[in-house]
This record gives sequence, structure tokens and C-alpha cells, in this order.
Amino acid sequence: MALKGADILKSLPKTNCKECGFPTCFAFAMKIATGGAKLDQCPHINPESKAELEALLAPPMKLVTIGTGDKAMVIGEEEVLFRHEKSFFRETAIAILLSDDEEPGVIDEKLRKIQGFHFERIGQKLNVNLVAVSHDSQDKGKYTSLVKKAMEFTDMPLLLVSCETEALLEAAALCARRRPLVYPITKENVGAALPKLKELKLPVGVWAKSLEELAGVTAQLQAEGIEEMVLDPGSKNMLEAVRDQTLIRRSALKKGFRPLGYPTMAFPCFMYSDKFKEALAAAACIAKYAGIVVLNQVDERFLLPVLVQRFNIYTDPRRPMTVEEKAYEILNPDENSPILISTNYALDYFIVSGAIEEAGIPAYLAIKNTDGLGVLAAWTSGKFNGEAIAEFIKKFGIENKVKHRKLIIPGVARKLKGELEEELPGWEIILGPQEASEIPKFLAEKWSV
Amino acid sequence: MSYEPPLEKYTVSIREVAWGPAAKLKKIGGENTLPFHYFEGALPNPAGLAMEILDVRPESWSPIVLEPFEDVVSDPVRWARKCIDVYGAEALCLRLVSTDPMGMNKSAGEAAEMAKKVADAAGVPLIVWGTEAEEKDAEVLVEVAKACSGGNLLLGPVVKGNYPDVSKAALEHGHAIVAQASMDANLTKELNIALCKSFPPDRIVVDPTSSALGYGFEYTYSIIERIKQFGLFDKDKMMLMPILADVAADCWRAKEAKESKEQGILWEAITGISFLLAGANLLVVRHPESYRLIREMIMEC
Ligand code: B12
Ligand code: SF4
Repeated sequence: MALKGADILKSLPKTNCKECGFPTCFAFAMKIATGGAKLDQCPHINPESKAELEALLAPPMKLVTIGTGDKAMVIGEEEVLFRHEKSFFRETAIAILLSDDEEPGVIDEKLRKIQGFHFERIGQKLNVNLVAVSHDSQDKGKYTSLVKKAMEFTDMPLLLVSCETEALLEAAALCARRRPLVYPITKENVGAALPKLKELKLPVGVWAKSLEELAGVTAQLQAEGIEEMVLDPGSKNMLEAVRDQTLIRRSALKKGFRPLGYPTMAFPCFMYSDKFKEALAAAACIAKYAGIVVLNQVDERFLLPVLVQRFNIYTDPRRPMTVEEKAYEILNPDENSPILISTNYALDYFIVSGAIEEAGIPAYLAIKNTDGLGVLAAWTSGKFNGEAIAEFIKKFGIENKVKHRKLIIPGVARKLKGELEEELPGWEIILGPQEASEIPKFLAEKWSV
Repeated sequence: MSYEPPLEKYTVSIREVAWGPAAKLKKIGGENTLPFHYFEGALPNPAGLAMEILDVRPESWSPIVLEPFEDVVSDPVRWARKCIDVYGAEALCLRLVSTDPMGMNKSAGEAAEMAKKVADAAGVPLIVWGTEAEEKDAEVLVEVAKACSGGNLLLGPVVKGNYPDVSKAALEHGHAIVAQASMDANLTKELNIALCKSFPPDRIVVDPTSSALGYGFEYTYSIIERIKQFGLFDKDKMMLMPILADVAADCWRAKEAKESKEQGILWEAITGISFLLAGANLLVVRHPESYRLIREMIMEC
């Protein structure tokens, strides 16, 4: 619910005294509406109108920080319902569930994996973000020691999960300096929990069985000065999650409904016992607005697809990912090394350079500027055709770096071969494999000067 | 706290396309709301799922996805039956790979004969797909339309460069078509307008072209979302066609999909389910497990 300049003007003194640095109150109001000025710049606005405006100008969805330091996870303050309208900004945090009911061996193994995760893809680190510590045994001591163990073992932010409010709050106090998310606070326990929550000033995970009830609990917490909350609408399967998440996001953004203006969480780990379905539900929750998704597995084969999907969904659709145009030297090539050509779509650069490294064969990777378009889209739009590539090869003086005159082109661009043979007389144009993953085999078998 | 959930009502519906033999008629589209928004609208038809088969033995398939079909890949008819009888496929997509002019370059007549055999043996809704070589596809799809006259197939891809011939044959012989325009909602609309001068709009499925998780997914996802919204929000009649996302080939080309069975299945299933959430009405998938998973996820809903 963006505020319009005209609405803001109503609350300004309308004296056009210019002290804010703008020629008129109206000009100032317009600037504020687009985020280009701050209310503080007008010394004459009355405090009451100022407070009112500030509330209206605040982002419709709160920002929540879980954890501290490098690994702190910040979620919320999203601005759109559909990523093509602008972008989704703060990646869904992936939490891995540990239960005090699990065998110590299982827990240790999970913790080791969580701490050791290291996915890298196209120059991006893909990580899980939170450790969810769940109290399922009847034994408070067991829970406390699991929380302690999680704290010692990892430096990741924690999500505390316990339906025993007393145990929950004790655990919260225990790791308060790590700024955990404390969950669940509900209609039933909010009264009892409030004093401690106020004292600890931690982010609070609120659960309710309906959105109306959820709004009631957040309003109560908010009135007591609790600002950072994460909402769990209690969705029991993918369909309910799509519904609940959508309605919360809409209520916040389209209706400016403050009690639901917080990031959300979802528990695919409790929705499905099948690991595949859990992963699919996680993907659905990521696409549909969840700020935190809790999973009960540490198997990389299940996590990687989810992390890549999150990365794709949170890519800014307004900016293609690109790399610099140039002839990259991979593994110190010499005058007999092959030359491969690709586009400056970041994905292409990383995939192909990765494949060359995997092959262990030094090579030049010529990266042509295609404004971030991949091979076929760039070919079709004339940015990666024979003429464009020939010009590029000359411009970068690639022929001076090698003794041979051979150029390896992407296998999908079949028509490019003929074009280049025409544009680059004297060069042998070699159609490479269709997939970058086949480059190692291709180079090993086919490359010779 | 009084709270009124902010429901939206849309005043138009996605067109309903019905395809396949009368006994197994499959309807897709027809919804008057966003994907899976059962809470604020009607979605009479769950998304359609077609399992992919080829008319030749696949050359470069990963062993992971070849394994379930190993015993039938040399015979498209048996392959079709296995998909239906063993894996419960409700629809199939037959790719006429053998017609690729830069490959085996089989004739349109031969391909049409094979399509007819598969259609007869399968008895389920069938997509028949060319090789994305415009001119050859026109020849092939026209022959298929004739050979399978009255079979109510879904023929594609029909593109700007070959739509008059293919749509004419499809209309004459009672088939629906897939109109393909790459990655641009305006091109999708242009092609629909051109087609609708002589072809019924409720016999068209659109294909904005697809891609796999990690390999262009971020573009496809939003193009699908936008096409759906031009239809539902802006009430653009030429954007109300159901959407196809053909994820099979792209997903199984991905390096990550070939690394392990579990990862491969999820690579395809997550791509598929994400595109359904964006607004696709029909998916083409390759692995029986991803097929089953997607179906179970959307059916229990
Ligand atoms: C995403 C996408 C887009 C995005 C662009 C994203 C991008 N950064 O490139 C957008 C929406 C912008 C787009 C636009 C267009 N697109 Co487009 N698009 C796609 C789509 C769906 C996926 C492409 C992709 O990202 N693939 C992943 C990347 C990594 O693949 P890649 O670059 O080929 O790289 C792989 C290999 O080639 C290899 N490789 C890469 N470099 C090298 C180098 C060597 C030496 C070797 C050996 C291997 C190698 O490694 C990679 C992994 O294996 C494809 C359909 C499809 N599934 O392929 C259509 C597709 C590429 N688009 C197409 C078209 C026609 C267009 C447009 C011209 C349409 C239009 N609207 O006008 C425009 C052109 C661009 C413009 N003027 O703005 C056509 C191209 C037709 C053809 N030539 O065959 C395709 C194939 C769709 C189709 N079937 O019709 N598109
Ligand atoms: S300082 Fe305040 S009163 Fe003066 S012109 Fe600016 S907005 Fe108007």
C-alpha cells in the first residue's frame, strides 16, 4: 500500500518555506513517496502527523533478524506478490530440524553435515541457514542439552521449537545472546510467555490455527513492544501452504494489514514423511512467499535442488547475471591450448569454465558480450552469430595467443559453424558437445593441435 | 481481532481445452483463478501430465532415466503401453525425433504411420511433437493430422513460420494444437491472434518454451506467471489459453540431474511443480517417479 504524494501533502504544513531543501511542500511530499527524502527534513511538521505518517510509510512487512554476526539471517520487507513486478529480495531461510527424540548418533551426524554443507554453483554459495531444535521428548533436560550441543557444534542461528512453554523460554534464555527465533507462541501461551519475551527481546515465532487468530496474537505481542515476529499459519499440506502464505502476503502488501505484516514460516518436515514430497513442498513454499522453510533432512541430493530453486526464484528478474567480456585463461594455457567460445551469461561462463577445470586441460575461454543471453537466445538475436563472433575474435587478438587456428563452439549452435567458416577464413570451426558437462570427455578425446 | 481474508474474484476463465479419444477425454484449463487458489475460485481440471516417449531409441539419455524403460525403448508402442500400464500415465507425448532433418531425417509419411500406431495402441490423450525444425515439422504434423484423423491429438510445436499449414490440417482432422512462441508474452499473443483468424481459440494450448531448474528456470517461471496474469488480471482474450511446460528434455540434460537418481527425480519434479505454481496447465515429464510425485502432490490437494 504505497502512499501517494498527495496523501502525504495533507499532513505537511503547506507553507512552502523551503527549509527541507525542496521548493514546495508538494515537491517534498512527492520525494518522500518515492523514498528519496526523509520526514525529518521538515522541521515544521507537527509530531502527531509525523508519527502517523511514519507508521503509514513503514514497509508493510517487517524485517526480522535471526542470529548474530556473519550468519545472521534477515527475512521480510518483501515488496511484491510476483517476482516479475520487481524482485523478491530476502531469500527464504532453510532450517534443518533436530529433535531431542532422535538417537544421539543421528543428531551428531546431522550436526556434522549441517556445519559442513558447502554447495557452490555459478560462483554463488548455496547454504542452509538455521538449525531448528525441536523438543519432542518428555524430558526437559534432554532438550536443554540438545540446545547446548547445537550451540557448541554450529555457529548458525537457531530456531527453538517446543510446545512446553517453560522449556522453550528456558532454552531461549540459555542461548539468548545467539538471538534465536522462539517458537511457538500461541493464543494459549502468549500471556504466560510475554514477561520473559519482553525481557529477552528475541524474535518470536507465532503459531495459530487461523489467520484471524494469528492476527490476534501478533497484535497482542505488538502492543507489548515485541516487534520481530515470524508467522506460522499452521498449514498442513502444500495446498494449504499456498493458500495461507498467499493470503498473509496479500493482507500485508495489498491491504496494509499490520497484524499480518511479518515474514512467515512453513514446516514441510511435518507435512510429508516422504522425503521427495517434503522437498517438493519446500519448493512450493519458497515460490510462494515463506520466509523460513523447515526441513527434516540433511541429504544433499534432496537439498541441492531446493537450494537451486530458491536461488532462481530470488534472482532479480530485472538484471541478467553477466560476466565481463574477455578471453579468460583457464589453468595457464599456452600456444597449443584449445580456444572455446561462449556467452557472457554468467551461467554459461561458470558452467563452461568449470567443465574445463574438471577436464584438467588448460584452455582459453573466449567470452563474448551477449548482454547476458545464453547461446541460442544470443544466436537468434544476432549477438552471437558468425559476424559478431568474428569481430570479437579479432578485437581480442586471440590468434596471437595460439599457434593453431581452431575454435570450439557450443554444440547447440549448429548453424553457427557454417557462419563462422565464412567469417573466419583459415580457421577450423569445431562443433563442441551440446552439454558443457561433456566438455571434459570431448577435450580428452578430440583435442589435438 | 476481526479479519477479512483478502480474496480476489476474477471475471474471466482460462479456456478449457479438451483433447484425447472420447473415452479418455482430458480437459485442461477452465480455471477462473490463479494456480491452486481453490480458496477463491474454481479449478475444475487438475493440471495434465504427459509422459514422454520417443519414436527412436534415445541416444543421449542418462542411464538414470533410461533404466525404467530399458526393455521397451526400441518399440514406441510397447513403450507407450508400459507408461500407461505400469506407470499409470494418463497422457503421453510422442516425440518424432526420427524426422530431424539434421539427424535421421525420416519422411513425414513414415513418422505419421508410427504416430498412428502409437495413438491406436495407447488410447489415451496424446501429444505429438516435432523436432522444432519449422519446415519439416509442418510436413510431418500435417501428415500426422491426416493419418490420425478424428483422433483429437494435441499437435506441436506450431510456430509463426508454419502455423497456416498445420492449423488448417489440425482443424480439418479434428486435432488441437500447441502454439509455441519463445519466452515473450507479446509473441505468444501475436501468434494466438494470427491463429484465431482461422482456428478455434479453445483448441489452442500455448508453449512459451521451457527450461530446467538452474538453467534458465528464473525466466520461464516468470513468463508463465505473466501470461496467466495477462489473461486473468487484464482479461486479454488472446492470453487465456492453457499453458504447456515441457520440462522433460531440459531437466534431464542438466548435469545435476545426471549425478544421482534422487537428485535427478527432484530436478524434474521441482521444475515441474514450480511451473504448475506459476500457471502451467500441462506438463511433459520423463521419469516415472517424478511423474508419480507431481501427480500425487497435486491430486491430494
Ligand atoms: C531463458 C530463455 C530466454 C531468456 C534469456 C535468458 C538468457 N540469459 O539467455 C529470454 C527471456 C531473455 C529469452 C529471450 C529470447 N529467446 Co529464449 N530461451 C530461453 C530458454 C527457455 C532457456 C535458455 C537457457 O537459459 N538455457 C540454459 C543455458 C545455460 O544454455 P546454453 O547457453 O545453451 O548453454 C549450455 C550449452 O550450450 C553449453 N555451452 C555453453 N557455452 C558453451 C561453449 C562451448 C564451447 C560448448 C562446447 C558448450 C557450451 O553449456 C550450457 C549447459 O550445458 C530457451 C529454451 C531452452 N530450453 O533451451 C529459449 C530459447 C533459447 N530462446 C529462443 C528464442 C527464439 C528467444 C528470442 C529470440 C525470442 C524473442 N522473444 O524474440 C529472445 C531473444 C533475446 C532477446 N532479443 O532479448 C529459442 C532459440 C531458437 C533457436 N535458435 O534454436 C529457444 C531455444 C526456445 C525455442 N525452442 O524456440 N530466452
Ligand atoms: S520544510 Fe516542511 S513546511 Fe517547509 S517546504 Fe519543506 S515540507 Fe513544506
